Amino acid sequence: MAERPRTILEKIWDDHVVTSDPGAPAILAIDLHLVHEVTSPQAFTGLRERGLKVRKPGQTVATADHSIPTLDPSLPITDELARKQLAQIEENCREFGIPFHGKGSPTRGIVHVIGPELGLTQPGMTIVCGDSHTATHGAFGALAFGIGTSEIEMVLATQTLLQRKPRNFKVEVTGRLQPGVGAKDVILALIARIGVGGGTGHVFEYTGAAIRALSMEARMTLCNMSIEGGARAGLVAPDETAFAYLKGRRFAPQGAAWDAAVAGWRKLPSDEGATYDRTIVIDGDALEPMVTYGTNPGMGIPISGRIPSPGDVEPAAREDLDRALAYMGLQAGQPIAGQKLDVVFIGSCTNGRIEDMRSAASVLRGRHVADGLRVLVVPGSQQVKAQAESEGLDEVFRSAGAEWRESGCSMCIAMNGDQLEPGEYGISTSNRNFQGRQGKGGRSFLASPLTAAASAVTGVVTDPRTLQPTATSSGAAAQAAPQPAAQPTAVEAH
Amino acid sequence: MPEPFVRTTSRVIPILRSNIDTDQICPARFLKITDKAGLADALFFDWRFTPDGTRRNPPSFIDEPHNAGRQMLLVGDNFGSGSSREHAPWALRAWGIRAIFSTSFADIFKGNALKNALLPIVVSPERLASLQALVAANPDGEWTVDLEAQKVTLPGGESFAFEIDPFARTMILAGTDEIGYVLSRLPAIEAWEAGHPARVDTAPRESVTAP
Repeated sequence: MAERPRTILEKIWDDHVVTSDPGAPAILAIDLHLVHEVTSPQAFTGLRERGLKVRKPGQTVATADHSIPTLDPSLPITDELARKQLAQIEENCREFGIPFHGKGSPTRGIVHVIGPELGLTQPGMTIVCGDSHTATHGAFGALAFGIGTSEIEMVLATQTLLQRKPRNFKVEVTGRLQPGVGAKDVILALIARIGVGGGTGHVFEYTGAAIRALSMEARMTLCNMSIEGGARAGLVAPDETAFAYLKGRRFAPQGAAWDAAVAGWRKLPSDEGATYDRTIVIDGDALEPMVTYGTNPGMGIPISGRIPSPGDVEPAAREDLDRALAYMGLQAGQPIAGQKLDVVFIGSCTNGRIEDMRSAASVLRGRHVADGLRVLVVPGSQQVKAQAESEGLDEVFRSAGAEWRESGCSMCIAMNGDQLEPGEYGISTSNRNFQGRQGKGGRSFLASPLTAAASAVTGVVTDPRTLQPTATSSGAAAQAAPQPAAQPTAVEAH
Repeated sequence: MPEPFVRTTSRVIPILRSNIDTDQICPARFLKITDKAGLADALFFDWRFTPDGTRRNPPSFIDEPHNAGRQMLLVGDNFGSGSSREHAPWALRAWGIRAIFSTSFADIFKGNALKNALLPIVVSPERLASLQALVAANPDGEWTVDLEAQKVTLPGGESFAFEIDPFARTMILAGTDEIGYVLSRLPAIEAWEAGHPARVDTAPRESVTAP
């Protein structure tokens, strides 16, 4: 008898259900648990109170990213609370035997950047972390989602979670992305369409020609922001692009184990005829660079567009729009391009990988940032930093007048001193434009690295396709053509 | 261990906004603590204080004197989106909130809330509108949320049923948490693991080839 066609989500789910008591959620086995300093301390305290150990330290890995300064690492940490929190994660990892990529380690970085770059993130896995952007790892065809601190304690204690099965939401992006348009624009366009709660209860599966053509790092950008559309996870079925990215990485299977793993991974993509609870189709050919104007990631428009007026939105959304524009100090109907900026932030688990650095550098090479503008470029990990420096990108950024920092979450969450001041406007390659997210009173525009870098040059929100070429740069748009899937290390924009 | 929770009666605080994210509920700079102390003060902090630290005038929602001690929030659509920080439900509970009424809750927030015996009560858009009208007409009316009966009783005596994850309900009514339950199923977990070797070993090792 033929098996019922299943989606990749259903296959991974079925593969990890330990047991399912009547009326209770399934006990789901967790393959990899990523830990950082901010959401874990109370979970370790819980373990101590119960007298429990970490059940599988070899399936657990920790780093320090959220509250760590991005300044010279030899400087003392002046924020007493951050210093204590960073000391605490180190102590907890030592006590419970968890491998720790901490301060001073060449493999430290944002948890969602180091998992993939170390080869820890692999297709078909269940991956959790006390961070909502754990969805990033879905780029490899893993079921990866954020959890709270009680759940961190659960996974530390049992290497399982109690879970109800999520529903399937197919996001098909057809065609081919135009030059200057990349994964960040795709995800901002999706969230603008379905809203910040549109994916609640679901897992996105991204499919279609435009997705297949994305590099692994672009897929990570895409999956990363699934949570901003309300989906706890998002994933892309693994393919040759994924296998090529993973092969030879430090924690990836080697030799015969590699061949066996790949054979298994090839069975993961959704079966022909598998059914989805919801489907949306996005015309990839028609997408433009996107930018947000409001106070949630669903408030996004094409960069050539105008900020909506109350008449453009559903009656129920008008109050939200009014409140957002009042906070942002923007007018309904005004073009978003040309909006004055104070700060540009390039980095984060959304856009802090080497391709993002190359993309931003392709714009800034031979140019200078606008007068009076503060531009921070923060690599996603120490390995990204080292790679960028080996390519001379740090020099490109410094010569252009930007700051080149140590790795960390930095101004995405503004816990480490990198922040907007009240009233300042920042364009940011990060994932959240919530009120106060990047510093209390700060006002954020979310965009791609290309758009952020183009805006750094002009000092106002700028369509990267409109920058005039310089002697050493052929213009952002020319650098921004989508890369073929066969080149997982493809450079420049995505 | 949490205390058992069965039912409570309280007045309601209306915050008629949609998409209230966890950065509003508990701003990130309050996440540097390594315990759960002081979080009641962090609740909705940036709504309550100007960037220079002055309390807003008129006071915001929970700072209005007549809202002191109220245990229920009535909010717009999609409450709790954004970050997975459990500090959000911790802050709500620390302030004294036990139940929140909305048309929907973000998945991670909902799970975190239930683990802290904070009840996310989902109502239809029509019901939400009628509850908003009710609070506007009778701002000091007392509502009863009965988890055991899965029923909300309004000041006039009208009541309606609500859905809640049956497993979470059992846990909250008994005042137990899930770790004990899962540990009681350890033999099943061990049996599963015997047939499914770990897919990765995070213990330090040398790079095989430069990534």
